[in-house]
Amino acid sequence: MQSEVMFAGFGGQGILMCGKLLAHTAMQVGYEVAWIPSYGPEMRGGTAYCTVVISDRPIGSPIIKNPAHLVAMNRPSLEKFAPVVKPGGVILVNESLIPVRSGREDVDEILVPATGIAKELGSVKAANIVALSAFVARSGIVDFEAMREAVREEFSGKEKFLPLNMAAIDAGRKSALEQPETETA
Amino acid sequence: MAKVLMKGNEAIGEAAIRAGCLNYFAYPITPQSEVAEYLARRMPEVNGVFLQGESEVAVGYMLFGAAGAGERVFTTSSSPGVSLMSEAISYIAGAQCPAVFVNIIRGGPGLGGILPSQGDYFQSVKGGGHGDYRMLVMAPASVQEAVEMVMTAFPLAEKYRNPVMILGDGLIGQMMEPVEFPEHLRSEPSKKDDWATNGMDTRKSATRNLVKSLYLDPEALNNHNLLLKSKYDRMKQEEVRYESYNAEGEYQALIVSYGTMSRVCRTAIDHLKEEGIEVGMIRPQTVFPFPEKAIHEAASKENCRVVLSIEMSMGQMVEDVERAVMGKRPVKWYGKCGGEVPTPEEIIEVVKEHL
Repeated sequence: MQSEVMFAGFGGQGILMCGKLLAHTAMQVGYEVAWIPSYGPEMRGGTAYCTVVISDRPIGSPIIKNPAHLVAMNRPSLEKFAPVVKPGGVILVNESLIPVRSGREDVDEILVPATGIAKELGSVKAANIVALSAFVARSGIVDFEAMREAVREEFSGKEKFLPLNMAAIDAGRKSALEQPETETA
Repeated sequence: MAKVLMKGNEAIGEAAIRAGCLNYFAYPITPQSEVAEYLARRMPEVNGVFLQGESEVAVGYMLFGAAGAGERVFTTSSSPGVSLMSEAISYIAGAQCPAVFVNIIRGGPGLGGILPSQGDYFQSVKGGGHGDYRMLVMAPASVQEAVEMVMTAFPLAEKYRNPVMILGDGLIGQMMEPVEFPEHLRSEPSKKDDWATNGMDTRKSATRNLVKSLYLDPEALNNHNLLLKSKYDRMKQEEVRYESYNAEGEYQALIVSYGTMSRVCRTAIDHLKEEGIEVGMIRPQTVFPFPEKAIHEAASKENCRVVLSIEMSMGQMVEDVERAVMGKRPVKWYGKCGGEVPTPEEIIEVVKEHL
């Protein structure tokens, strides 16, 4: 089985970090992983996206046209990538910044006000962790507690940010799980 | 050791250190600048040297100088940077010094672009610099393989007293994958007292060593070139490396592909298999020496109707594939450059078109 997750947003939202944390978690629990960034000539504040491939056997193509899932942190990302997500996948929409929906009937679309939740917790910078947590809770792509462990490890040495990020994890999961499953065709 | 998740560029830097190379000279260029960023921090921790040259031309000669003095040396760059180093590469090969070069290829020609490409196949395999020289060229298809090739490159460079190049593409540099640094690939630098200019006091010798590529006497130069040729011939005998995929049974088509491109082909081959179409693949791990015999044999299989050279270039390796196949089967090329890596879906289409 192979699964692919695309994280997309604008530079500074912690998109690449978000993907790295998922890849790290999947590696720790024994999967083959690849993290592929977009590294075009981008300007500050421009778009940023990365794809994480998780598989139980060696990963072939690192070029993924149709990811299984999408975590969209801003509107251009949702508009650009929602159409290419495979049917049956999860599309996470950062509701705080995106006033539109994917328009897809065949996916599990969840609306998470990641930026808003992070702001309430004390820093907008934790929005990526809120989204990651919500996505992992909803998709079950990797063990949730293993993901928490990976985040904890990432912030070792930066202990003062740990409580914020742990709170972001709890809030993300809560937000994802209180939404009813969308009926997928 | 447990696996760690690392970006290709960082893993390449770490691999060199683990291999016992403590001299890194470089000039930054996308998409491999992370190697320099990483080693700027790491080299001082292991009492190694990171020196940023004023240009790639200078970097090439820093390598020549340090290698001539008997040190393990390496550099990393990307296409236009390697062009600038090519003069020094020719000198290093001529003077028979061991040195490791990593080229994380970007799109060309000229400034081109910063996205992945395999457009420097000719440059690395057929020349780049002037004169009759060859480099041993290895092409990794994963971050782990890049690590292993870098670690293997140093003893190979010393075995042949010749430059060795790791030919990666932008994705190999930018992608993160789990890696480990195999202990058994760590090696001690070889004794260089019989040729290096490492100081007569150091080696307690009364004989002067001379590192040079200048031979004004025509007979001496011809003999020198014959000696170099014997090394390249030996590489062809001893260093050919490749991997076959789905090539044990019968297949209708054979793909030859290397690096990142070969992984895309692997996925395409898996999908085609599900549709009942068998396609085999030979993936050269060394592009010089080229796995000619393996390709010739694989192409000669009874049911194989066509050989496809699939590359992120406008048809460079295909010339070597044609040479290997020797007219036994039609050889076709498919490729793209400019940064867009062909998808498995495109490869599937291409294979079907040729069946």
